[in-house]
Amino acid sequence: MIDILHILISESFWIASLRIATPLIFGVLGALLCEKSGVLNLGIEGIFVAGAMAGWIAVWLGAGLWGGVLVAAGAGAFFGLIHAILTVPLGLSQHVSGLGVTMFATSVSYFIYRTALPDTTSPPRIEPFQALDIPILSDLPFIGPVLFQQTAMTMLALIMVGVVWYVLDRTALGVAIKAVGDNPDSVDAQGLSVYGLRIGTIMAGSALMALGGAFLTMSAFSSFFFGMVNGRGWICIALVIFASWRPGKALLGALLFGAFDAFQVRLQTEVGAFVPGQVFLMAPYILSIFALVIAARRADYPRALLTPWFKGQR
Amino acid sequence: MIRIEPRVAPGRLMTLGVPVLSAVIALVLACIPLLFAGANIATAYAEMARGVFGSVFSFTEVLTRATPLIFTGLAATLAFRAKLWNIGAEGQLYLGAMAAVAVGTGLFDLPGVLLMPLIIGFGAAAGAAGMAVPAVLKTRFGADEVVTTLLLNFIILIFVQMMLEGALKDPMSLGWPQSSPILDQGMLPQLIPRTRVHAGLIIALLAAVVAQFMLARSVWGFRLRAVGENAAAARHAGIGVNRSLMSVALISGALAGLAGVSEVAGLKGYLTADLSPGFGYTGIVVAMLAGLSPIGVVVSALFIASVFVGADSMSRAMGVSSYLADLVVSMSLLCVLIGGFFARYRITSTKPVQGAAS
Repeated sequence: MIDILHILISESFWIASLRIATPLIFGVLGALLCEKSGVLNLGIEGIFVAGAMAGWIAVWLGAGLWGGVLVAAGAGAFFGLIHAILTVPLGLSQHVSGLGVTMFATSVSYFIYRTALPDTTSPPRIEPFQALDIPILSDLPFIGPVLFQQTAMTMLALIMVGVVWYVLDRTALGVAIKAVGDNPDSVDAQGLSVYGLRIGTIMAGSALMALGGAFLTMSAFSSFFFGMVNGRGWICIALVIFASWRPGKALLGALLFGAFDAFQVRLQTEVGAFVPGQVFLMAPYILSIFALVIAARRADYPRALLTPWFKGQR
Repeated sequence: MIRIEPRVAPGRLMTLGVPVLSAVIALVLACIPLLFAGANIATAYAEMARGVFGSVFSFTEVLTRATPLIFTGLAATLAFRAKLWNIGAEGQLYLGAMAAVAVGTGLFDLPGVLLMPLIIGFGAAAGAAGMAVPAVLKTRFGADEVVTTLLLNFIILIFVQMMLEGALKDPMSLGWPQSSPILDQGMLPQLIPRTRVHAGLIIALLAAVVAQFMLARSVWGFRLRAVGENAAAARHAGIGVNRSLMSVALISGALAGLAGVSEVAGLKGYLTADLSPGFGYTGIVVAMLAGLSPIGVVVSALFIASVFVGADSMSRAMGVSSYLADLVVSMSLLCVLIGGFFARYRITSTKPVQGAAS
């Protein structure tokens, strides 16, 4: 028991939690935006891969770290646009289209990476984002290291929580996005473009998802490798339902998830001798399924989610 | 004003033409990544064709590669017809393969006529059990099966790795994580000597025929289609929606499990954690290209298998990444989706009525 308490009060544990949560924060926010506009985006897993690859390769080619972030976001918006065209004006199955985008984005990324870097056994590294060291703030006890010794991308993720909340809850654009996900006819009746709103929101959401991937190659690790996204996108889809489509709760869900993951890694060193390591590797996925089952009953889905809308048809 | 109107009934030409055209377009689009990789387009396509049709052996390789894809394609087809999104065929495949090595590597020393059906039965049951979990979570708790089946794929693969280092590990494998080999009499027989084609292909073809018949002609198939087309109307008509979903979930899982059985007991002989290069996910593309028709699955599995075999051979000859195959497969899926739209709807332009609001 003392050991568990010891883990929970250590700074390094909370630093790790927030670090693990960062890509999920981007991903959950992105998925949340898409779904708020009425479109499920299962392209998320592939968009993570595309963001990770595009951001990394841009930095490797000399674009600079923030240049890499922009390239990653652009790549995400591009694959988001493909999903948007298939699901919004064409009104095709959001499930199958999303899986198609995941397969497409993943294979494009792997193909480009393999073509740019044939037979490298040890992938080249880039100089990733370093921990911020903000004077005064970083020196605050506990809060300082946990919050302000993270990299700039973690800061960006936390800022994006506020931005997404503000846009959805406090602006006319947010009202329109939510309306288009609940009742597109009402939006159309006001003379706004259902297609435009949905396509734009999906592109923005997909750009956020790609930043989650970019965090992996540009902040958490310093190289790209195959299978590095490892289901993080799917976990985000579960977390959106857990968060009942609220940005604040999305942050909470991602943090809880990060804390759990950081905790189990530390627990592993304590009880690793008795329990096979794979049990710990499975834990995040099992936790996500649990979160989904708990949240599913009271899930308040955007009412027009998964329903295509065609202009001039009621 | 441009309007999108549903077609009264998509013609036969459309239902057959769209998938074929999509496949062709995806193959043509492959020249973009080939150019990017700096390969000579003509040589690359010639190498791909040679890899598929170059010899009898190369064509039997296509059949071998198509076998698991027919199973996973059928698994997706039946589930998707009921709008049950089973994206977990990859995991169910591994469950089937694990069950096959669990009973086939010496636990029962039976003659082949008994051991083979036992392996097949256990494999199918394990796959079905793998899909039963998300199906119950869906029908009982309303948990979205897309997410649960996807996450289960990861859980099952880690479980396989755990078993290969534990209970199923071959003591003779010198530390390599692989299972003991399946007993000789338990292996599915080879169909053509000196090739890798095995009886799993026959089972796959039989499964496709049975699935086609059940879907089109049986009461079960009628209920399933009714649930898929309109669950609320089906419930109103007295169809047990959850029962229908459970039954199709079990059959879909069993088919995916058979893909694993056929790979282990027909081809590899033992289980490793890299048994499947994504057959479960590719099965979704196979099913969509087939227009969710079980017989069509056989044809589209042969096409996708040719893409993989052809791209592999081209990749070896020309040094272009074999991820090209995955690229072509994913592009075929996107193309067939778009094609499906034009098969179901037509775009007409009508003159706006004078004085009326648009």
